[in-house]
Amino acid sequence: MAEPVISVAGLRKSYGELEAVRGIDLEVAPGEIFAFLGPNGAGKTTTVEILEGYRRRNAGEAMVLGADPAHAGREWRERIGIVLQESKMHPELTVRESLELFAGYYRSPREVANTIDLTGLAEKAEDRVGRLSGGQQRRLDVALALIGDPELLFLDEPTTGFDPSARRRAWEVVASLRDLGKTVFLTTHYMEEAQALADRVAIIAQGQIVAAGSPDELAGRTGAAARISFRLPAGVAGSDLPEQLAASVGNGEVRLAADDPVPVLYELTSWALERRIPLAGLEVRRPSLEDVYLELTADGPDGEGEQ
Amino acid sequence: MSGVSLALHQFRFDQKTFWRNPASVFFTVMLPVIFLLIFATIFGNDRLEELGGVKTTTYYVPAIITLAVVSATMQSLAISLTVDRESGLLKRTRGTPLPSRVFIAGRIGNSIVVSVLMLIILAALGRVLYGVEIPWERIPAVLVTLSVGAAAFSCLGIAITAAIPSADAAAPVTNVAVLPLYFLSGVFIPESEIPSGVLQVADVFPIRHFFEAFFTAWDPSTAGAGFEWGHLAVVGVWGLAGVVIAVRTFRWTPRA
Repeated sequence: MAEPVISVAGLRKSYGELEAVRGIDLEVAPGEIFAFLGPNGAGKTTTVEILEGYRRRNAGEAMVLGADPAHAGREWRERIGIVLQESKMHPELTVRESLELFAGYYRSPREVANTIDLTGLAEKAEDRVGRLSGGQQRRLDVALALIGDPELLFLDEPTTGFDPSARRRAWEVVASLRDLGKTVFLTTHYMEEAQALADRVAIIAQGQIVAAGSPDELAGRTGAAARISFRLPAGVAGSDLPEQLAASVGNGEVRLAADDPVPVLYELTSWALERRIPLAGLEVRRPSLEDVYLELTADGPDGEGEQ
Repeated sequence: MSGVSLALHQFRFDQKTFWRNPASVFFTVMLPVIFLLIFATIFGNDRLEELGGVKTTTYYVPAIITLAVVSATMQSLAISLTVDRESGLLKRTRGTPLPSRVFIAGRIGNSIVVSVLMLIILAALGRVLYGVEIPWERIPAVLVTLSVGAAAFSCLGIAITAAIPSADAAAPVTNVAVLPLYFLSGVFIPESEIPSGVLQVADVFPIRHFFEAFFTAWDPSTAGAGFEWGHLAVVGVWGLAGVVIAVRTFRWTPRA
């Protein structure tokens, strides 16, 4: 594997008593779209802002493009592009002028007109930024992050608050970055977004990575445990069930988890037919990715703003 | 690009945003002109006997230039930097290779250019409408005073941003800082009408010293080159205090 673009080991960050990031390890390879997925308050923005050089870590190692972001300078900034979670431009400048302004900050910027086309803003090029819709402003944010022709892009929740069609258009822009050979570090709290865009996903909850892998691997992980549930009629106890099923019983509802549900169902239904016991509400279900994500991140603070 | 051409690049776009923003054009450019017209109309061609018989119109031209420079530098910078900080624009800019001192230099350059423009507009209006002489023989003193004042009040404008919690608070906070001083320092009311105790209070702050220096340079009865080094030194010390505070407290990221 080529030298990683980002490598992080044992990263920690506290704000007073609050431990926002509690020992994170991750690596991002060149050309990869990496999604950092988690609920609000999980530590996503803190982590990405440490990697962008905005915040100082308390402990651990962080290398981004071969430099420690805490001490990286102008040369390093030439090579990265940042889309912040929240940042406006001068409402008085046009889209084109905004890009011309930022292009001037870099030694070898991308062409302004080309970048406007890439982000789908050609029709809005001469409009003042203050008159753009939320989705168009977000695409301008991406255009501004791209204008320096960076190797690595950070996108912090690029589609939060978008309607579904604006989200799809933003995804097309991000997907086009892959074709440009850029490495992308994306944070999101939408499972769907990570699935649609990312080569690899790390799920973060309460400051720790709880699962990582390609979207397919994470999906495979969910396939590992099908859930079977049904209700026993009155007079039949959970202890009457075949022992090897290892069922959990609560309030007359029986739950089973099975890597391969076929033999389990065979055994269960044979037992029920023999004894003429009805299995009311019998259900076999594979949890969706959404379920797995919700399960993994269940204990996090809900709806809290990030620091 | 070198630092200087980069600062010019930044300045060029700061000029665009300045002139396209109705609030900045009204408060920084129009309001001083309106003040000059109002004061000159109210007080007409009276003479201020306590001040050596200077005409009130002659008094108000340097007074309103003082106000215009403070407005174009301290107030304009404090408001625009706070708005840009809270909108995340400063943070975004900080994430680019643009050195922060170049960014700030471009902004200060913008304020100084607007200050010079206001000096020209107000001096021309005073000359054309009220026959207030332009002190050609003391132009070096006028320009030095303008430079020292514009630089010092720019630094104070950057320093004050740390005390402004939100974009909405920017204009009120800067007005609370300067409006009383305009009254106390003789900018709005001729100093011959102000009790000496009040002037002593105003003497602690830089606006009165800046105005005194401008007035001497503008007053046709001034003998000599018109440099008020003592007053300029006080303004300069305030500016340096501004630099120290700004370096220690300036934030690039929004609150929250």
